[in-house]
Amino acid sequence: MTTPLILAVLVLVAIAVWQLAKIFELSQLTTGKKSDATIADDEDNKYNGYLLFAFLVFIYGITIFSFSKYGKMVLPMPASEHGVDYDRLMWISFAIIFVVQTITQFLLHYFGYKYRGAKGKKALFYADNDKLELIWTIIPVITLASLILYGLYSWTNIMDINEEGDPLVVELYAQQFNWTARYGGEDNVLGDASARLIDIDKANILGIDESDPNAVDDIIVKELHLPVGRKVNFYMRSQDVLHSAYMPHFRAQMNCVPGMVTQFSFTPTVTTEEMRLQPEIIDKVKRTNKIRAERAAAGEENSDPWEFDYVLLCNKICGKSHYNMQMKIIVESEEDFQKWLDSQKTFGETVIAVP
Amino acid sequence: MAHEAEHHHKETFITKYIFSQDHKMIAKQYLITGLIMGFIGIAMSLLFRMQLAWPGEASPVFKALLGKWAPDGVMDADIYLALVTIHGTIMVFFVLTAGLSGTFSNLLIPLQIGARDMASGFLNMLSYWLFFLSCAIMLGSLFAEAGPAAAGWTVYPPLSALPQAQPGSGLGMTMWLVSMAIFIASSLLGSLNYIVTVLNLRTKGMTMTRLPLTIWAFFVTAIIGVVSFPVLLSAALLLLMDRSFGTSFFLSDIFIQGEVLHYQGGSPVLYEHLFWFLGHPEVYIVLLPALGITSEVMSTNARKPIFGYRAMIASILGIAFLSTIVWGHHMFVSGMNPFLGSVFTFTTLLIAIPSAVKAFNYITTLWKGNLQLNPGMLFSIGLVSTFITGGLTGIILGDSTLDINVHDTYFVVAHFHLVMGISALYGLFAGVYHWFPKMFHGRMMNKNLGYIHFWVTAVASYGVFFPMHFVGMAGVPRRYYENTAFPMFDELTDVQVLMTVFALIAAAAQLVFVYNFIYSIFYGKKGSQNPWKSNTLEWTTPLEHIHGNWPGAIPEVHRWSYDYSKTYDDGSYIIEGQDFVPQHIPLQPNEEELNH
Repeated sequence: MTTPLILAVLVLVAIAVWQLAKIFELSQLTTGKKSDATIADDEDNKYNGYLLFAFLVFIYGITIFSFSKYGKMVLPMPASEHGVDYDRLMWISFAIIFVVQTITQFLLHYFGYKYRGAKGKKALFYADNDKLELIWTIIPVITLASLILYGLYSWTNIMDINEEGDPLVVELYAQQFNWTARYGGEDNVLGDASARLIDIDKANILGIDESDPNAVDDIIVKELHLPVGRKVNFYMRSQDVLHSAYMPHFRAQMNCVPGMVTQFSFTPTVTTEEMRLQPEIIDKVKRTNKIRAERAAAGEENSDPWEFDYVLLCNKICGKSHYNMQMKIIVESEEDFQKWLDSQKTFGETVIAVP
Repeated sequence: MAHEAEHHHKETFITKYIFSQDHKMIAKQYLITGLIMGFIGIAMSLLFRMQLAWPGEASPVFKALLGKWAPDGVMDADIYLALVTIHGTIMVFFVLTAGLSGTFSNLLIPLQIGARDMASGFLNMLSYWLFFLSCAIMLGSLFAEAGPAAAGWTVYPPLSALPQAQPGSGLGMTMWLVSMAIFIASSLLGSLNYIVTVLNLRTKGMTMTRLPLTIWAFFVTAIIGVVSFPVLLSAALLLLMDRSFGTSFFLSDIFIQGEVLHYQGGSPVLYEHLFWFLGHPEVYIVLLPALGITSEVMSTNARKPIFGYRAMIASILGIAFLSTIVWGHHMFVSGMNPFLGSVFTFTTLLIAIPSAVKAFNYITTLWKGNLQLNPGMLFSIGLVSTFITGGLTGIILGDSTLDINVHDTYFVVAHFHLVMGISALYGLFAGVYHWFPKMFHGRMMNKNLGYIHFWVTAVASYGVFFPMHFVGMAGVPRRYYENTAFPMFDELTDVQVLMTVFALIAAAAQLVFVYNFIYSIFYGKKGSQNPWKSNTLEWTTPLEHIHGNWPGAIPEVHRWSYDYSKTYDDGSYIIEGQDFVPQHIPLQPNEEELNH
């Protein structure tokens, strides 16, 4: 239904542009100027100078508009320990970008407007100034150096994956087009696994080595539960193509690469229940459910009311259903987590013994 | 010299227009082929933008253009990925590499350095026809039975290696790889020719520090190409072998569609390294020529020398060197050693410094100028604007920490479209408006249509890509066929519609350009020999193209190309009544050579 509308708009825009061009040309004729519509004259410089200034206002405008209208749609507060650090660095970077963007766009467009050409005007022959070059080399150097240092400090902390503080060990397993999670079980150690050992007939979908004693108590699930406040070490695998385990609320992402095990680690700090009570989430859910209610009224799909949940998305192109490769994440208290974990079957219980 | 001024070939239609060895004709062939590819690439982007704005909705447009890929007029998810893939490939390689660099390097290198032609006319011709062949194969792949390549323009294995993984990884992918291999051969032939020509065929007096910045940009771009394109060739060939001959360069431990494959010991991460060893320099292969064009167009139209000529050369060289050691910033979360990530963060943020120097120098070039706001000039100013807006977010993406959460989201898409897509396109347009009279025998494009083209494009491209940053910060991954599977993205539907509408408007504005371009080739008003009152040598050649460029001797060069508004101490112009001094004019009495 929208397509004809769009086409109509396009045709109208094209016609409008066409007419504008005609009017432009005609007005040039009637004013009796001997302009041949090829090289800018004083009149063109004037109008385009004004337009450059107007464009500056437009850039500021679209910035303010986007921040006020879409600013609230960005990811909510981080739900992991390092996420707080991440967001701080992000906002510092944004502040710098914002200042530089505002100033440089102003200078660029303002100069374009201020120094628009006119007959008889003389440009200044100004070819060089080592001092200026030095200034605008040194200032970025200092700014970038501090950002690099801060960034590298955070990076080293985030990527330092170690066994300190009794981390929970979880494997994230990717395949076209779904996720599976595996816990180490009682011993918190994952059994060896390889795509070569996959045996669908025996329900060994992750290719776990049955002879490895660590594997018997492993727990395989389709919903990722994490205890709040405890460090989680993730080990990622993929059985077919590249995938990427993207957990945006935790500021976490790592690719899953066939043939190797990749790692990431974070400590969840906010339970799903707590997150749902955050004012920004309450607002977001309200806004979203309004849209979904409208859809329901129109009899469209995806219209059932939504309740906030953390989610794991695939963020590396992996094929047809890449856009719907997800797994729910639930962050809960240690006791709830243990209770849930105890209710799950172990690999030893689910694998079908060799007949 | 082999070419004598009076030397005339007997020309047939075929040697003049098709298998021409004349650099000016080859430049036009590159331009027109590049523009045709560009319009195909842009049309594809409109199709997938429509799908993103109105997910799953049937459309007669889809039905007409996609045929069996749009059953009942609804776009299929596989073809969505194919469109994204081919759009990226066409725009990056065929339009912004060959179309931009191929056109203007060919046109301007001999004309601006004062040479009769390229060092090797034959290699030049070969380079174009290989490019044409690779275009034909790439377009041919659209008609492959199971669809064209659909693994993203980076074609990461195993997705691109295994026909079981997606339909596009069959014949379509083979054709993609063959097309790219031929494209690389073409690009290498072109680049070597540019390098040799610039080094050997400069006219008398044209020292390296008198070269226009356009030539510096093309020259350094060619060097980057020669250094990095062969690495992509090796990646493409190894991938072909993995696909066709069962080798395991990039594959290991794969279980797909119920069976374990034999591949053992390879790594997709190796492919990523090889790909981005070209892939990142490629950004500068696209961007540097656009910046070179901007330097020339901006200085000419500002009636001022480019500010900081030597700093500009230094930053081009700095960017070129750094561009070859930053590729890893595309791979922070690929699973490579985090220490490597630290190194690449460091080098990546370093590259912001020469880029910043360039931006500041452009702004200062405008200061106290006498700006002639021709369409080419507006596109140059527009380029600096989008280069800054897009470049600044590079500070976030180049920082390994911050990249974790915005990697592969729409934030990246917004960033690179502004900084290299739109900027380089603006450079292309600036060049076309500026050198159109040089290409088409003195005919000029209509400026009013040019103004409409610029202003609509400028507003609409910010309209598409500025809000897109927020979509990325909301966590929306790129290359999603639709976002309906995640209720958390529901409220972004309006943004998607807004961006698509702006994209449609921007595309409509390009039709104005097409009309202006074609109309002006045949009916454009003839201008003077030097319409923009420019200093560079190409404007000393006659309007009608001749073999060997200059009817008489090649002019000798006595100064740099930026003596605009140069005056004596008493404030009078060097040449009375004229605010520019072309390069072939000898130093006047009492004039000091101010070659900064």
